[in-house]
Amino acid sequence: SIMTFEWPWQYNFPPFFTLQPNADTRQKQLAAWSSLVLSYCRHHRLYTLDVLEAQESPVFNNKNTGRKLSTEAIQVIFEELRKKGNLEWMDKNKARCLIMWRRPEEWGKLIYQWVSKNGMMNSVFTLYELSNGDDTESEEFHGLEDWLLLRSLQALQTEGKAEIITMNDGKGVKFF
Amino acid sequence: MDRFVWSNGLLEMNETLVIQQRGVRLYDGDEKAKLDVGTALLSTHRLIWRDQKNHECCIAVPLSQVIFFEEQAAGIGKSAKIVIHLHPVSPNKEPGPYQNSKYSHIKLSFKEHGQIEFYRRLSEEMTRRRWEQTPASQAIPTGTGTQAGRTRAVGIVGIERKLEEKRKETDKNISEAFEDLSKLMEKAKEMVELSKSIANKIKEKQGDITEDETIRFKSYLLSMGIANPVTRETHGSGTHYHMQLAKQLGDMLLVPLQERGGMMALTEVYCLVNRARGMELLSPEDLVNACKMFESLKLPLRLRVFDSGVMVVQLQSHSEEEMIASALDNVTEKGSLTSEEFAKLLGLSVLLAKERLLLAEKMGHLCRDDSVEGLRFYPNLFISQA
Repeated sequence: SIMTFEWPWQYNFPPFFTLQPNADTRQKQLAAWSSLVLSYCRHHRLYTLDVLEAQESPVFNNKNTGRKLSTEAIQVIFEELRKKGNLEWMDKNKARCLIMWRRPEEWGKLIYQWVSKNGMMNSVFTLYELSNGDDTESEEFHGLEDWLLLRSLQALQTEGKAEIITMNDGKGVKFF
Repeated sequence: MDRFVWSNGLLEMNETLVIQQRGVRLYDGDEKAKLDVGTALLSTHRLIWRDQKNHECCIAVPLSQVIFFEEQAAGIGKSAKIVIHLHPVSPNKEPGPYQNSKYSHIKLSFKEHGQIEFYRRLSEEMTRRRWEQTPASQAIPTGTGTQAGRTRAVGIVGIERKLEEKRKETDKNISEAFEDLSKLMEKAKEMVELSKSIANKIKEKQGDITEDETIRFKSYLLSMGIANPVTRETHGSGTHYHMQLAKQLGDMLLVPLQERGGMMALTEVYCLVNRARGMELLSPEDLVNACKMFESLKLPLRLRVFDSGVMVVQLQSHSEEEMIASALDNVTEKGSLTSEEFAKLLGLSVLLAKERLLLAEKMGHLCRDDSVEGLRFYPNLFISQA
């Protein structure tokens, strides 16, 4: 994206890169980290993260202040994100993870709002149409990865607002 | 049994026969020795045993090898015995009937009685120790020829004798050293008396010298010693002693505490107190116990234990809120501080400075930056800017 990412004030505050021992302080610190990681991933449209790679990326490695977050601290932050439903581990060793800056239910809601706003209830869409079609170009869910799109629709299906249909060359969905 | 050596059965030059008894069987510890019945001979130097039939078979053990011996009464089908405990075998011993044995005692079993008299004479010989006064020319035929000199100092006995001499000498040295120490104690008491009399003179002549000089002189005296230290001798033990001690600590620590910003580490207190007490040193335990009494005695001091286990003595007026507030003020003013920087600012020890910063962190007023550059404390913007 063309817009430069805007760092929060904490990013240049050296204690941000040390896990705080005081429980209240740490809670605030972790909340700030969670929001930074999600907005950074959203800005760069990242869907998966590798812990070791991430540690070298600017989020966790501030070259201006010379502060770098330890893997231990990264794990704590990721665990926090996992508890909130924004992250899922891809392996037992917790080396790679799926990152969801919006949870599937939130994506589902956005998609459903768009469908209902455009009066397209009861019509059938292919999954490709939803994530890559011309009509959705200005929507945030445009370009959403297939696995996340499917999960979002599954969330809607559980709520009884959509039904996923298997078609000959892929999947489709119908909204109610 | 391995202490025995083969013998030709003849007595040496200075050796005298004391008693002999027929019908004696030898035991290696608790087991019957592989020898027949024989005659036991007691000389001034040795215990000798000779086979009754085969007189060539004769063995002996020096009396110096005997540690102690005891009677073992006869029983049904059992002869009376004398149990003799022996020193370990010397490495350069002449050969004997046994190469080695798991026992360090032997038994003489008296088949034909006579054990009472034998035991009595053995006791006598062991007390008289005649083998020492007139050593036999060849008491132990070791072949090393160290028979000259006032006492024979061979083998284990020799080593033991040397150890004994060394021990006596050490004892002597120690008592001499303590004599010096008690002289020093007396001198110290004189010094304290002197300082007391000087203090009194100052009090009398207060007009002649300036207030400043008096104070300076008094501080010299204080660093020389407390005039009447509370000791276990003067105030007994237990609670009463600790109470009196606490009162004295309260008096002497007030000024140093004020000079140091209201707080001192207990180790620092310990050094200061013992330096002032001179000879009547205080144990760390007594100091802690006395400090624990500050509160119940309503003294203006408190013993405080930080979460880290560090103990300090602080002025009661020195409240926690003030401490935290001053830490926060200093950190805010400088932007951030390490323990060392904070210690320098306040004239505190680094340990105590760190405790204060940690306390302020614990209360949520500060947060930390732990990097390769060290541990640095910042105002807690996480809370205040949220």
